[in-house]
Amino acid sequence: MTIDLLMDNISGFLKVPALAFILAGLICGITLFLVIALNALIAVYAERKVSAFMQDRVGPMGQGVGLHAGKWGVLQTIADAIKLLSKEDTIPALADRKLFIIAPFVIFITAFLGLAAVPFNQHIQIIDINIGIFYILAVGSMGIVGLVMAGWASNNKWSLYGAMRSAAQIISYEIPAGLSIISAVMLAGTLNLQEIIHFQAGTIWGIFPNWIIFNNPFSFLAFFVFFISGIAETNRTPFDIPEAESELVAGFHTEYSGMRWAFFFLSEYANVLVVSALTVICFLGGWQSPFSGWLNSPAWGLFWFLSKVIILVFLMMWIRWTFPRLRVDQLMYVCWKVFIPLALLNIFGVGLWSLIAG
Amino acid sequence: MVLNIGPQHPSTHGVLRLKVRTDGEVVSEITPYLGYLHRCFEKHCENITYEQVIPYTDRCDYIASMNNNFGFVVAMEELMEIKVPERVEYIRVIMAELNRIASHLLALGTFGLDVGAFTPFLYMFRDRERILDMFEMVCGARLLYNYMWVGGLSHDIPSNFEQICSGFLDYFEPKILEYNELLRDNKIFVERTADVGVMPADVAVSYGVSGPNLRGSGVNWDVRRDESYSIYDRFEFEIPLGQGQVGSLGDCWDRYWVRISEISESIKIIRQALKGLPAGDIGQALPKKIRPPQGSIYRRTESPRGDLGYYIISDGKPKPFRLKMRSPAFASLSVLDEISRGWMISDVIAILGSLDIVLGEIDR
Amino acid sequence: MNPVEIKKLISAEFPDAIVENESLQEYQIELKPESWLEIAKYLRTEPKLSFDQLECITGVDLGEDQVLQSRYNFHSLKLRHKLEIIISLDRKKPKLASIEQIWRLGDWFEREIYDMYGIVFEGHRDLRRILLPEDWEGWPLRKNYETPETYHGIVVPKIKAESEWE
Repeated sequence: MTIDLLMDNISGFLKVPALAFILAGLICGITLFLVIALNALIAVYAERKVSAFMQDRVGPMGQGVGLHAGKWGVLQTIADAIKLLSKEDTIPALADRKLFIIAPFVIFITAFLGLAAVPFNQHIQIIDINIGIFYILAVGSMGIVGLVMAGWASNNKWSLYGAMRSAAQIISYEIPAGLSIISAVMLAGTLNLQEIIHFQAGTIWGIFPNWIIFNNPFSFLAFFVFFISGIAETNRTPFDIPEAESELVAGFHTEYSGMRWAFFFLSEYANVLVVSALTVICFLGGWQSPFSGWLNSPAWGLFWFLSKVIILVFLMMWIRWTFPRLRVDQLMYVCWKVFIPLALLNIFGVGLWSLIAG
Repeated sequence: MVLNIGPQHPSTHGVLRLKVRTDGEVVSEITPYLGYLHRCFEKHCENITYEQVIPYTDRCDYIASMNNNFGFVVAMEELMEIKVPERVEYIRVIMAELNRIASHLLALGTFGLDVGAFTPFLYMFRDRERILDMFEMVCGARLLYNYMWVGGLSHDIPSNFEQICSGFLDYFEPKILEYNELLRDNKIFVERTADVGVMPADVAVSYGVSGPNLRGSGVNWDVRRDESYSIYDRFEFEIPLGQGQVGSLGDCWDRYWVRISEISESIKIIRQALKGLPAGDIGQALPKKIRPPQGSIYRRTESPRGDLGYYIISDGKPKPFRLKMRSPAFASLSVLDEISRGWMISDVIAILGSLDIVLGEIDR
Repeated sequence: MNPVEIKKLISAEFPDAIVENESLQEYQIELKPESWLEIAKYLRTEPKLSFDQLECITGVDLGEDQVLQSRYNFHSLKLRHKLEIIISLDRKKPKLASIEQIWRLGDWFEREIYDMYGIVFEGHRDLRRILLPEDWEGWPLRKNYETPETYHGIVVPKIKAESEWE
């Protein structure tokens, strides 16, 4: 994996192992940060265009490079970024300064750490951890700490409401997410992400790719349970009560403006990326090509991975702009009384199937 | 906890302040604070002539201006015993019903927005734009028309209006099915609105609620049919009544259902009016100067929000002695406290959306 | 029931309450303010009348030295007849019984009349200004109202005199 490779290469000419480690870490960290920033850039533009076309309008447009927002509005996000950077940094007078400042970073760090373990391709992966899935789920659930910090530190009843609802929602939806991933883990027999992807090589009956989603009907169900719980984890509609615009103004990030707010945004799209990536790895074959045997060189692997992730992100956006939002208690009802029984049923079913069908 | 849904808020439909006392997430009391949009309409009308009053009536309920004009003009014509030409009557009905469709589209779109459905809002506004284009064709204005004058109209309709109008109706009628798929039959929307904010019929009548809110609770009262004015008695149309099809009778879903069904009924009325539209001169009955005889009148008409009433006292001079506008949204807002007790804050927003208030009319 | 019969029914039940006034129309009855609450209850509960819908309450100022009036428009959804009640009050101390507990519409409409005319509705559970700020002084819709010069330091613009509107 990348960081080890880098470390070996650098210590080749640097002699001091500690320095090599720091340098390798820095290079990987900065690259990952750039990846997240690029992802946010593209995702925001895509979201605005997708939502515009679904709502019978055109979204950000421009005349040409350098004029307004560039042809088809591609420079819009850059304009937004510049605007956010140049905004006044306001902190409410009665807010808890230290927590207020730290909160966006906490959320960002957890998304960042999650992406560090994701394999983009046979070789590109910052760290190949043996307990990959466990690590990503664990690190992702630390994001709620940052969220509650943001809501509390704002000294604003509305933010507090948003943060409380979000805490309840995210913690609850961790459970069906984790339980449905266990189906994938049971079939692959390992928590290691690369191994799970290698398990999904080959075909079923010669035509379908051997992805876990097609493996048996229970894992097909598990895919949906996991994907929907993932949407709930990232606070997107129809589960966007914590930032419900028409009810709570902006929920837990009401008091944030400028670059601090941009960090929340960045982290939200990074989380979307992590959830999509995890779904693709565990259920849709990761970087495996859908035509087994063909087009599976490392470059093609990256292509397959990215296209599957993009399709899932598009699906999330599509759902966001189509459905109204669920009320808090209905959200909880769906989680505890519908998804958790379904997820438990899945584990049972997948186990039984594996036993019987070998 | 005391929460303030402040004057500036994405979904208070205007400047309205609600002080909400909650117990956790459950509401125990709501106190609305009004007056942010008070523009002294009634006092001002005592200083201007009757002709000059009409643009001000537009601005009270700015979403259904034609119906506001209509109410005033019907009351004045009854007071002065003027009979307007047939063509004027037909055009007035067409405009009023088109404005009813536009107003309901806005009400339903923003209701969906409050509940979290972003897209139907834009689809409904797209179709509302076509109606506003038609109004612009007729009188030059998109939102505040000053179109119906005492004894007639300000402009006659252009010659291609009938063709454009029926073209619009043919385009628009299938769209209602699209909206139903996105909102009315959508499972999440049903969960958010069925059984929420139930308004029993006797509570509704006691609070003076009228229009689609009252009919959503099952009370069969429509001014167009029961205290008929203009030529509404010549048209065949049904009055949709809430039946509690999903959830209880009188919940938010019923009020939504009544409004979306009323759009279809308005389309029927417009089609019939277009067919029967006579030729003629619209300026025959326009008085040179409006001097009503001494006396008073209270006349109500059906605006998209309910019973719009004008109480006019005239002392024979060209300026009104007293002009009171009885706004339907004022009564609808007063019932908010009673029907939201025991629900959560998200539900308060949904209930407020289903009541369809316009602050311009409430504050006047 | 037509208006003449309604008037006969009410005057039979409350003989001294009706004030004779030639200038009124057929469906308008003028009452004395004293027994208003009982008459209101009677209008609601009597089966032959059953006025369940109070349409509108209007406040009127008849002139600079004349009475203030409170006008009620009633309608019965069951029996489909109408009635208008007019009550004149002394300008110096305008007091009237509140009917907001009988028809809940009265709650906000009476508050608005209090706000604009200064008529005090006795028995109203929450009589305070509704459209104007709580600390506004004066009763704006009265004919002899003069706008204050300033409000919390903001200069109040004057309403244009009649001659300027021609």
